[in-house]
Amino acid sequence: MLIQQLVEADGVSGHEGAVRQVLIGAIEACADEYRVDALGNLIVVKRGRGGAGGVRSVMVSAHMDEVGLMVTYVERDGTIRFSPVGGIDPRVVLAKRVRIGDDRIPGVIGVKPIHLLEQAERERVLRFDQMGIDTGMSADEVARRVTPGTYVAFDTAFQVLDEGGLRTVKGKAFDDRAGCAILAEVLKDSYAFDLYAAFTVQEEVGLRGARVAAYAVNPDVAFVLEGTVCDDSPKDKDVSPTTRLGAGPALTIMDRTVVCDRRLVRLLVEEAEAEGIPFQIKQPAIGGTDAGAIHTQREGIPSAVMAVPCRYIHSPVSVMSLNDFDYAVRLMRGALHRLEGGLEA
Amino acid sequence: MKELIKALVETCGPSGSEEKVRELIAAEVRGLATSLEVDALGNLIAMVRGKGGGRRIMLAAHMDEIGLVVSHVDERGFLRFQPLGGVPTRTLVGGRVRFANGLRGAIGAEEKGLGQNDLPRFDQLFIDVGARSKEACPVRVGDVACFDRDFVDLGDRLIAKAFDDRIGCAILIQTLKELGETPNDVYMVFTVQEELGLRGAQTAAFGVEADLGIAVDVTRTGDTPEARTMAVGLGGGPAIKVKDRGMLTHRGVRQWMIDTAQVAGVPYQLEVLEAGTTDGMAMQTTKAGLPVGVLSVATRYVHTPSEMVDYQDVTNSVRLLVELLRRPPRL
Repeated sequence: MLIQQLVEADGVSGHEGAVRQVLIGAIEACADEYRVDALGNLIVVKRGRGGAGGVRSVMVSAHMDEVGLMVTYVERDGTIRFSPVGGIDPRVVLAKRVRIGDDRIPGVIGVKPIHLLEQAERERVLRFDQMGIDTGMSADEVARRVTPGTYVAFDTAFQVLDEGGLRTVKGKAFDDRAGCAILAEVLKDSYAFDLYAAFTVQEEVGLRGARVAAYAVNPDVAFVLEGTVCDDSPKDKDVSPTTRLGAGPALTIMDRTVVCDRRLVRLLVEEAEAEGIPFQIKQPAIGGTDAGAIHTQREGIPSAVMAVPCRYIHSPVSVMSLNDFDYAVRLMRGALHRLEGGLEA
Repeated sequence: MKELIKALVETCGPSGSEEKVRELIAAEVRGLATSLEVDALGNLIAMVRGKGGGRRIMLAAHMDEIGLVVSHVDERGFLRFQPLGGVPTRTLVGGRVRFANGLRGAIGAEEKGLGQNDLPRFDQLFIDVGARSKEACPVRVGDVACFDRDFVDLGDRLIAKAFDDRIGCAILIQTLKELGETPNDVYMVFTVQEELGLRGAQTAAFGVEADLGIAVDVTRTGDTPEARTMAVGLGGGPAIKVKDRGMLTHRGVRQWMIDTAQVAGVPYQLEVLEAGTTDGMAMQTTKAGLPVGVLSVATRYVHTPSEMVDYQDVTNSVRLLVELLRRPPRL
């Protein structure tokens, strides 16, 4: 399964090469051409069959990078200090397994045993600069193999949790390897217009890759595929779960970075309703995606976002439903075909 | 001009849903502009072709206003919401909102966990549209609302919601009406999504490729009881911006605005704003950059449902803009 290969590759922001290699292998057979730009975005071109009404080119993007860590300093005893890359809650990394650098040196993030914790310490959240990675290797060995600037990824195996029902799977980085895997599926089909698949870099550190990809591609419209917040555990108050696992792909009306083009949102809703594909509206004003950088590029690019709900994102482990994933593939392909007739004025 | 102002401020156009404001402005300027177009993000661009010898000048005023977006409809039909733009929660409780379809509602606050004098957080507030259940509630997640307040004419002073920045829109429309012949190609851009981060101005400025820009927007004042110090007040004339948190205005444009005001006998004041910014920032940094100035209208109680402006400041702003546009700019 492509999604398994993708999440078991490491691609912390700025170091997406391994993920890009997996994707090139996956899309090579169905691409007309592809290139890697100056920042590392993988841009795949699928030429149109012709006959498109009004819309000449469409960019669909998904980001290759994931949140992770970077080595800042190696202590004399071999303990590795680090800082986060992208938005990570310091509470989720303690006592987790990591792999360091391209050699994937195994390590664990150390934690003080509860026996030694003072009451006040139990209530305090440790800062990243107070934590350390323990490789179990000698100080000399660490000093030889690990330098400041080395990337560190969470060491989480992909696993099927439930073969039936919601077909849940667990792994790291479904944000946004889910989007990457959907986009690879979308590329297998062909469309009336030119389709540009942009697998972008550095989304988690500020939508950087998408900004330059959108400038270069300059499409008529854009879609962004994401793995998004899902907070559907039971709560005391009747408040939004942001999205719900198993309720279908989530459509964005607006988030912190974009107000989605209403015509494109309507197109997605119409396609879902016509095909009986379940969908949900994501809680507005939460989070941000590459669409934030894409829609304000050049003279403005109408953009929309479709996402797969993923529990526990931006932590070492996340959970998603392959049902939602499969529906997302169907919905994106169908919406693109629906767009072949053009976009209403 | 008060009729135009009233119509503009009583129209609902939260960021991202500016279409009603756009329709109103398009109807006002249609006969006056050489061309009128709506771009990919929804900016309305009215262009007046000059008779030659001038420059390409972009003026920007934003159509959007701060508002609310529904984020959840609970089982009993209450609506949770998030802000669109910088909405201070202290003005919300007991206030009323209006949805695009005209539906109105009241804003309530949770009681548990909130003392009499506590400022509520957004997640402690809700909108009540009188629905008895989720099924009976006519509002859906993603629907947007604006504050529900009437325009009040106090004579010299006016009160309304959304003077930020419908007063700028009114000034641009009136300037177009009074302009007559100009040597300059004038692009009046009514922008979207300013309150969310100058998004419309960014793409419009990229497309217009102006030689020079002027943003028209509101600024706060220092003339109310125990106000933070600020040398801008109601009735002092159009404020010519020197700086705000997002930009330093171009010295040449600023001096041109000052000189023009002095020659024409238009009162003016200089503005140094410690917070906030305007579409001018996005215009200034587009492509290879362009010289940009900002004309601000002194406004009390900015981002509350009851903003106040001085009518003379408004008409003097129009006079200044007309004077600026009638000749080629001299920087």
